[in-house]
Amino acid sequence: MLTLTCPCCGISACETELAPGGEAHLKRFGPGSPDADFESYLFLRQNSRGVHFERWRHAMGCGKWFLAARDTATLEVFGTYSAQTTEPPADIIAAIRAKRPDWSPA
Amino acid sequence: MSTRLPQGGRLIDRSKTVKFSFNGKHMTGHAGDTLASALLASGQVIMGRSFKYHRPRGVMASGAEEPNALVNLGRGDSHEPNQRATVTELFEGLSATSQNHWPSLDWDIGEVNALLPRVLPAGFYYKTFIYPRPFWKHVFEPIIRRSAGLGRAPEHDARDPDRYEQFYAHTDLVIAGGGIAGLQAALEAGRAGARVILCEQTAHWGGRAPVDGVEIDGKPAETWINDAVQVLEKMDNVHLRLRCMVAGVYDHGYVIAYERVADHAPGTDAPRHRLWRIRTGQVIAATGALERPLSFPGNDKPGVMLASAVRDYAVNWGVSPGARTVVVTNNDDAYRTALLLADAGLSVPCIADARSESDGPLAQQARARGIRVMTNTGIAGVKGLRGVVGVQLCRQDGTGEVIEDVTCDAVAMSGGWSPVVHLWSHCGGKLTWDAERAFFRPDPSRPPTNQTGEGFVVCAGAADGALLAGDTMQNASTMARKALSALDFTSGAAVPSASAAEESPLLPVWIMPAGAGPKKRAKMWLDFQNDVKVSDVQLAAREGYESVEHTKRYTTLGMATDQGKLSNINGLAVLAQALDEDIPRVGTTTFRPPYTPISMGAIAGEARGEIFQPLRRTPLHAWHEANGAAWEPVGHWRRPYCYPRPGESHREAVNREITATRTSLGLLDASTLGKIVVKGPDAGRFLDMLYTNMMSTLKPGKCRYGLMCSENGFLMDDGVVVRLDDDSFLVHTTTGGADRIHAWMEDWLQCEWWDWQVYTANVTEQWAQIAVVGPKARAVLDKLGSDIDLSNDALPFMAWAEGRIGGFDARVFRISFSGELSFEIAVPASQGRALWDALLAAGAEFDATPYGTEALHVMRAEKGFIMIGDETDGTVIPQDLGLGWAISKKKEDYLGKRAQERTHMTDPGRWQLVGLETLDGSVLPDGSYALAEGINVNGQRNTQGRVTSTYFSPTLSRGIAMGLVVQGPERMGEVIAFNTTQKPARGEAPKTIEARIVSPVFFDPEGEKPNV
Repeated sequence: MLTLTCPCCGISACETELAPGGEAHLKRFGPGSPDADFESYLFLRQNSRGVHFERWRHAMGCGKWFLAARDTATLEVFGTYSAQTTEPPADIIAAIRAKRPDWSPA
Repeated sequence: MSTRLPQGGRLIDRSKTVKFSFNGKHMTGHAGDTLASALLASGQVIMGRSFKYHRPRGVMASGAEEPNALVNLGRGDSHEPNQRATVTELFEGLSATSQNHWPSLDWDIGEVNALLPRVLPAGFYYKTFIYPRPFWKHVFEPIIRRSAGLGRAPEHDARDPDRYEQFYAHTDLVIAGGGIAGLQAALEAGRAGARVILCEQTAHWGGRAPVDGVEIDGKPAETWINDAVQVLEKMDNVHLRLRCMVAGVYDHGYVIAYERVADHAPGTDAPRHRLWRIRTGQVIAATGALERPLSFPGNDKPGVMLASAVRDYAVNWGVSPGARTVVVTNNDDAYRTALLLADAGLSVPCIADARSESDGPLAQQARARGIRVMTNTGIAGVKGLRGVVGVQLCRQDGTGEVIEDVTCDAVAMSGGWSPVVHLWSHCGGKLTWDAERAFFRPDPSRPPTNQTGEGFVVCAGAADGALLAGDTMQNASTMARKALSALDFTSGAAVPSASAAEESPLLPVWIMPAGAGPKKRAKMWLDFQNDVKVSDVQLAAREGYESVEHTKRYTTLGMATDQGKLSNINGLAVLAQALDEDIPRVGTTTFRPPYTPISMGAIAGEARGEIFQPLRRTPLHAWHEANGAAWEPVGHWRRPYCYPRPGESHREAVNREITATRTSLGLLDASTLGKIVVKGPDAGRFLDMLYTNMMSTLKPGKCRYGLMCSENGFLMDDGVVVRLDDDSFLVHTTTGGADRIHAWMEDWLQCEWWDWQVYTANVTEQWAQIAVVGPKARAVLDKLGSDIDLSNDALPFMAWAEGRIGGFDARVFRISFSGELSFEIAVPASQGRALWDALLAAGAEFDATPYGTEALHVMRAEKGFIMIGDETDGTVIPQDLGLGWAISKKKEDYLGKRAQERTHMTDPGRWQLVGLETLDGSVLPDGSYALAEGINVNGQRNTQGRVTSTYFSPTLSRGIAMGLVVQGPERMGEVIAFNTTQKPARGEAPKTIEARIVSPVFFDPEGEKPNV
């Protein structure tokens, strides 16, 4: 039963208030894109053991989507941030590096 | 024989007698007794029969870890199996029966199993699965089903009459366990100002300390305990709960506690159980330790008990398990039992100590009291069938030659203590093996971690391995301060000094005697509840089971309702010995919540019966209910399936409703239809992405049918889009799709196209919507009167208008799902019922007939309209359904477009939508497959299509169906066969039904009826 802080409304929300949305920062490939790109967008996921960026929606709260950086093995949360971004912001990267010096972005 | 002692019993009130019954026999106990102590006091030593061998069993422990004394509690609706007698507080009128015996507890026919233990060895079930195969079904399974199992399941029609509830709490600190360690931790935390919830699973504070003769600050432990509780009760920031077990510790400080509020006081208006759902910063597990049994031959016989339990029964309830008790031990602690029994005037013929020396202070006291202490001594056998009449002593380091017979009627055994590390381990805390003291204890360097990556559980006192009273108190303070500093609280009061007699080291003893042969090892029980013996674990090791997790499942060691509280450490030590491995290398099995079983009632809480899940009601729900609607659940809604009249079957009602609608006037409650407003400068652009067809070109005042696909290209929802004005649309979704599609929209708007200016609102429940359908639809609206021109010229098919109808503020949509002239009228939800009543009144002369979802389904099928969930199943694309016309060729992009470019999606061999007419006019079975020639690699008949919708059409007086068939639209007129589930007669081929492929539009193919 995770708790994540919704960056939109500021509430520390229990997992029962949240809906998971899978891996974050996927780049959408539309009509005309090569099969390999489309396959990776639609089906292929990191499935990391360790640091992972993922989408959550504060479904039973403010209704907003947000993103979280989390360790899938220890469930440690490095931070949550706005969904309106294409890559993890610098402060999130710094927070991860502080805890996981060996980690580097995929 | 067990009996009530003339004195003692700190927890019972001898002035109050409580009547109860066991197996129909009337007995009495005292207020404060548990069922186990009252049964022992009444001389009832046998309390149950074992799982596999039906061996007579007595109570072994005094608390939550009890494996044997499981009873059926209560009768009828209140009947509950597998209740532990040791934690069942006695109350007036309690009724218990013993389990797993036939015909009686004292004489059980299944005991014959015990004579043939070699028929049921480790892995018995798995072995019977393998060979010979027919044996499992015809021999083993019927026998096992009859004789195995513990309690009797409640009757199928029993309904729990009790009330359960759940509490939510947020706190800084949860302390599990109200012994002296838990109390001391609570004092530290309370003084430091932290918010504390202290839970104790029994009805009493203080744990074992009063029983074990501990002194604190020079006074008896009980004095300090009472003072501590008084101090804590006065602290506003400390919350004390008795009869409340911390059942599980989960991620990020989530804790479940199980409070047995009224088990001991039935008939009050309190809820029976309460489940606490707690978020806490830190957890202190002051959960104590459990004594381990010793594995000697006959250690499961009634009258053989844990030494600590013998002490508990004597001190707490004034009960002695026997008049002559042999103590067998590998440590000093059990000497306390011998001394206590001697103090109570009972006989202790000897202490059999497995160690080669025993000279600690407790041993010296025992010798001084004249108790015979025999070192390097174990038990080679226990005499007696349904109770103990004596033991055979032997050398511990030998093979079990009897050196002496000792007459006794009880045995108190102690194999040392294991810290209760469950709560530490539930969320990933790791353990370390303490070889000197022979137990696993928490490894402080590998705690369970929370959302910040920091440890959030500490064990305190005996649970941390600090078994001696002085260490316990000191450790409790140290660990409490550790937890408090993680919460940024500081504490620093003087720690009370606790003391008890010093103890000399134990000798790890896993098999007694050490050199026992196979016959003796087959009588040494490890898991009492599941009947697993030393020989079973050794057999598993010989058969190649090296992992403790595999051995557990193969032998069922530790898999019973007690989850191996007494058996696990002994079992894995025996496994380690058999594998010639170190105990820490073999490791423990996983500790999983709950610590002891919790009731299903508490888990359900108040979510039962009508409030199991919320029910959504349309504004017309009450009318439907009052008019006899047969309900169909649709998501959380209830929709009328049909409105049967007295004496009318559902099918007759559906046919009547369809005929009335097609010939005159039908009314449908369409309020559940999803309604989402999409507004903003980019609303049209957004809907162009969501729908396969073009929505931005829709003119205000017009409606358009559209399809939504997933990014995988598959059809997921459909409905009519209405352009309200230049920058706003009203999107109609399916009934079940409203919330999902709204969330889908928000996902794309928030996470992909966040710079688009679009706002969405789900207004499904703000509107009541009524479909006025049939040739007389316009007539009834004209009768009500409207300021809208409802003529076909002014308001043609697929147009809409806003105005007043019959005095109501309304939107009128010329849309039709039935193929009839149809006006869907939306009014604010609060006016829905009034409009419905007005339509019924005005429509009386046209035989206005409310129709339900089944009539809706049949009418749409007559028209060949698809239904999401019938024609679609997540693998169907619009092109399969003849809906290519609704896919824009002009748009560069829409959700699903890229996916539909894939070769499999454009394969001409896909199954495609057609109509199906049986040659004999019958109704095709739902879900039938169209058969093709030959069989596939699995020996199954090849298929070439399937039925997606099938009905009896009263309009056409025959069965009609839609289905997906390979290249179907190119095969019009062809006759193909469909399978049925009818069982063929012997020797005959399975029955099939032949159907002709036709257009899916069965009724009014030109579409003239709605266009008038």
